[in-house]
Amino acid sequence: MNDKVTLMKGNEALAMAAIRYGADGYFGYPITPQSEVLEKLEEEMPWETTGMVVLQAESEVAAINMVYAGASCGKAVMTSTSSPGFSLMQEGMSYMAASEVPALVINVMRGGPGLGTIHPSQADYFQACKGGGHGDYRMIVLAPASVQEMADFVGLGWDLAFKYRCVSMILADGLIGQMMEKVVLPEQRPRRTQEEVEKQCPWAVTGRTGMRPKNIITSLELDDDIMEANNLRFQATYRLIEANEVRCETVDTDGCDYLIVAFGSMARIAMKTMELAAQEGIKIGLLRPITLWPFPSKEVAQAAAGVKGILVPELSAGQMIEDVKLAVDCKVPVKHFGRMGGNVPTPEEVLEALKKELINA
Amino acid sequence: MNNNDIIRPENLVYKKPSLLNDAHMHYCPGCSHGVVHKLVAEVIEEMGMAEKAIGVSPVGCAVFAYNYIDIDWLEAAHGRATAMATATKRLMPDKLVFTYQGDGDFAAIGTCESIHSCNRGENIAIIFINNAIYGMTGGQMAPTTLLGQKTATCPYGRRPDLNGYPLSITPLLAQLDGTCYVTRQSVHKPASVRKAKAAIRKAFENSMQGKGTSVVEIVSTCNTGWKLSPEKANQWMEENMFAKYPLGDLKDVESKG
Ligand SMILES: Cc1ncc(C[n+]2csc(CCOP(=O)(O)OP(=O)(O)O)c2C)c(N)n1
Ligand code: SF4
Ligand SMILES: [Mg+2]
Repeated sequence: MNDKVTLMKGNEALAMAAIRYGADGYFGYPITPQSEVLEKLEEEMPWETTGMVVLQAESEVAAINMVYAGASCGKAVMTSTSSPGFSLMQEGMSYMAASEVPALVINVMRGGPGLGTIHPSQADYFQACKGGGHGDYRMIVLAPASVQEMADFVGLGWDLAFKYRCVSMILADGLIGQMMEKVVLPEQRPRRTQEEVEKQCPWAVTGRTGMRPKNIITSLELDDDIMEANNLRFQATYRLIEANEVRCETVDTDGCDYLIVAFGSMARIAMKTMELAAQEGIKIGLLRPITLWPFPSKEVAQAAAGVKGILVPELSAGQMIEDVKLAVDCKVPVKHFGRMGGNVPTPEEVLEALKKELINA
Repeated sequence: MNNNDIIRPENLVYKKPSLLNDAHMHYCPGCSHGVVHKLVAEVIEEMGMAEKAIGVSPVGCAVFAYNYIDIDWLEAAHGRATAMATATKRLMPDKLVFTYQGDGDFAAIGTCESIHSCNRGENIAIIFINNAIYGMTGGQMAPTTLLGQKTATCPYGRRPDLNGYPLSITPLLAQLDGTCYVTRQSVHKPASVRKAKAAIRKAFENSMQGKGTSVVEIVSTCNTGWKLSPEKANQWMEENMFAKYPLGDLKDVESKG
């Protein structure tokens, strides 16, 4: 076995991958089921090794504004939270989008609404993908389905954020955050020097090194025409991301009779459902969106061609299903199956739902 | 003597700080904000910190401070300036990081961040403009609005039973272990302007020496919000504001010895 393989929780993998990436700062506030991220970072003490700053903030509101500042300084900064905390961060998300700064924000979802439950959920899909804060903005939303992807998407998230000067978000759920799996962590990279940061991010607020003209990071623009031009620039970036960054995984979609579209831990459960179905001679394919925004609409439409129906199991009342329906233009029956309140369905339940909604309907 | 004999460097007694941009300020005539901006620009210039200074502007009348002082700036969401300053200073400890905030920003919507940044002893300086009103949004009640003071949202005067009491926040901050210097100043007279400048300089130096958080409250006028001429506003401030918000140092760890 590869000696680099270790066993850890999804949340711990997030923390370790951040240190290995050469992150500059983490700012967060404890909330179940993701507190292990901050706990692991405090335990590792990266300020002693890489120089990474780790700070427990007084609230998610403070944390996201610390991230906003760090991102505005061109630093690789992040926060992690769970659903109620993510709601508190929406103002900051909107400001970061408006200021075109790169940051990584992680939501390990739990069941809501309200204080809800500490158990897994996927009910923040709308909030993440449709813009939970005010104004027209988007962020790249990555949905990990394994502890390995928790680790991998930290680096991917930051790379994309810096490439497009946008916010990347990892939308995981309590199941992926809490479960232990084998993982290979990325190699340790050095943190960028201040000179490298200023070279990579000439727009960043760093002090006027060499008395260059001042840099200002602001989301305010009172001239309507300039503000509209800003919005058009944001939208152009989003179109570019849609053209270049769609990611998804397909399993056995060629020649399948039914298609399941599922993300995160629901996709893992659906893999088992496919096995059970195969034993009964039912051919199911799986399409797993990895980027929830940009959504793999073309890929869904392609995989849907020729199938008798699509099941979209979600740990919610049905949110991603709206994007699936748009993708197939209602040419194929698209049915929802979901559990809520922190409940997670068994593979058998998903198969039953598929039979009921699509085969025996 | 002709003018050219007089206009010589050796005769210069006053000049505009070079870090004050030539932009038209949007501040009302008589407003304290403009004077404090000049002091901040002067101190940064005199400390030779133009390349290292990072300001965090608030949501309030000073939102456009970044257009007037020629350094790098972050523009915070309403109340969050000290959180932004916290991260900025921690990520770049060799920079001079300060916030510039009104009473609504610092002592209402941002109270949580304000207290916790001070309590952590972040090595930042906070310039806190207490004009007892929300200037930017048209003169509504501020946390610092005096009892009996009329504003757009307490049009018959602030009443404790309806609106609570004026919040004097700096004495609270002086009690925190994280603060090293907490002072209350004003800028309505030449002597007070000089004192305020010395306070800002001390606050900035403290932050560079890693002594903890410094808070410089400037008891200020908002003649438009108060509906008083600049002269009357100064008078009203002396007669009413100073009783609730007396000037002077509330804490100076250094002078304690
Ligand atoms: C979240 C949010 N709530 C409310 C506002 C509206 N707002 C803008 S400035 C301000 C008050 C500013 O007053 P103060 O901080 O005292 O500054 P001054 O204008 O008096 O200098 C308010 C309520 C806002 N911009 N953002
Ligand atoms: S409204 Fe008040 S605080 Fe704002 S610029 Fe005018 S006088 Fe100054
Ligand atoms: Mg005010």
